Amino acid sequence: MRESRLAGFRTLLYKEVLRFWKVAFQTVLAPVINAMLFLLIFSHVLDRHVTVYGDIAYTAFLVPGLVMMSLLQNAFANSSSSLIQSKITGNIIFVLLPPLSYREFYAAYVIASMLRGLFVGAGVLLVSIPFVDLSIAAPGWALAFALMGSAILASLGVIAGIWADKFDQLAGFQNFLIMPLTMLSGVFYSLHSLPQLWQDVSHANPFFFMIDGFRYGFFGQSDVSPWLSLGVVSVCLMLLAALTLAMLARGYKLRA
Amino acid sequence: MSLPAIRIVSATKRYGSVQALAGVDLEVDRGEFFGLLGPNGAGKTTLISALSGLVRADSGTLEVMGHDVVSDYRNARRKLGVVPQELVFDPFFTVRELLRIQSGYFGIRHNDDWIDEILASLDLTAKAGANMRMLSGGMKRRVLVAQALVHRPPVIVLDEPTAGVDVELRQGLWQFIRKLNRDGHTIVLTTHYLEEAEALCGRIAMLKAGRVVALDTTANLLRRFAAHSLRVRLERPEIAGRLGATLAEGGWAEFALDTYDEVEPTLARLREAGGRIVEMQLGEADLERVFVEVMHDA
Repeated sequence: MRESRLAGFRTLLYKEVLRFWKVAFQTVLAPVINAMLFLLIFSHVLDRHVTVYGDIAYTAFLVPGLVMMSLLQNAFANSSSSLIQSKITGNIIFVLLPPLSYREFYAAYVIASMLRGLFVGAGVLLVSIPFVDLSIAAPGWALAFALMGSAILASLGVIAGIWADKFDQLAGFQNFLIMPLTMLSGVFYSLHSLPQLWQDVSHANPFFFMIDGFRYGFFGQSDVSPWLSLGVVSVCLMLLAALTLAMLARGYKLRA
Repeated sequence: MSLPAIRIVSATKRYGSVQALAGVDLEVDRGEFFGLLGPNGAGKTTLISALSGLVRADSGTLEVMGHDVVSDYRNARRKLGVVPQELVFDPFFTVRELLRIQSGYFGIRHNDDWIDEILASLDLTAKAGANMRMLSGGMKRRVLVAQALVHRPPVIVLDEPTAGVDVELRQGLWQFIRKLNRDGHTIVLTTHYLEEAEALCGRIAMLKAGRVVALDTTANLLRRFAAHSLRVRLERPEIAGRLGATLAEGGWAEFALDTYDEVEPTLARLREAGGRIVEMQLGEADLERVFVEVMHDA
């Protein structure tokens, strides 16, 4: 028997990864197939009619958006579903009884969810290869937005999973907040194709900056400056991380 | 002198309008087999939850082996193993995976030797590779015990561990828990089966409405409240009533006695009063009667 200071955190991270990996058909493969269907339909309908940023084919434009959308949605789904299932079935006590700090708790749930998001995102990118000629102009930018976007949604998932007392409330959070914000964030269109009013409204949606910044990593072009996107996304991440950590430190709904 | 295994000073906890703990003071010595009894809603589970960090007490001090459960929670939780009341499990994993994961949470890696020992002791070796969903209720209960033991805690709290468990498993479980106690583990037990508490616990605390209303050794509690009883069924039970007996259904009357020496004088008084005995029983005091009296008086 050997004791290690970080073993608690590592074990929770391992357990959370193993949890989604054991049902990878549902947690990784299914969202990849969904994204592929979007790609098939939209590319078939629009590819010959629409170009973006001058000469970029619509399908090529769509791929980074789909990758990021899938990544974000799955990062959220992982932490939120894991927590609410554990709360409702009662097995959350196995995580609450050991000597894990709230920071370790946060880090393990968020990193595991980021990994699921990144797996799904990579999967979507992989299956897109036969459909589109795509190069990554600035991989550092793409990676930065993928990491920060998944961390934001994973944190939101922790908040939703802790806050919700039943699956219905979590579904509300997902369907009335996460889904509209992702779908209306420029996944399927360039902001410049919208009327001015909706362009202004889109600037209030942090998901737009995540996707626009990620897309910059592929084309070296985006609707707004990647630095602006980086600033907005960084502030969002810091605020959400602080809020989640404060909830966990207080024991909100977990250690009542 | 060594610190107690558990020390609770003025612990309070309120849920809305319900005062779950109303200033609990309690000490459990190392190596004790301690019973925590009380009716539903008395505060037993809240007290255990506060001790294990599952809820936060509003005020007071709670320590496990000298470690404060809030300011020194890491050490306090390392010293404590809790078997929860609810039959909870994680459906994604096998028994062995769960025990390895639980060991890891406590910072312990490469714990398979001890895990194998626990599995063997709880007769779970054959189920080590089975998914939790495939186990019977009794098996799941044993896994809960195993999970509480993976980090070799010196203090083990069992919150109604035999609720809904068949006789064979119950006996096996108590045999194992007794062995742990003999090996030096402090055991704290809550149960509604009072005969279990009477047989196992050296000391007992009774809770009512969030307060400790009785705290003594089991032997003293049994002595303090009506050590023996004489039950008689009379043709005219009201005669016994006039002599201070408690009347029950079916013409039965019960005299509380401190010693068996009081049997003969009591029967003599009954005879003198004209009482004709139809049936008679002598009874030992049991914890159930003590419990009823304590709860009635508190």
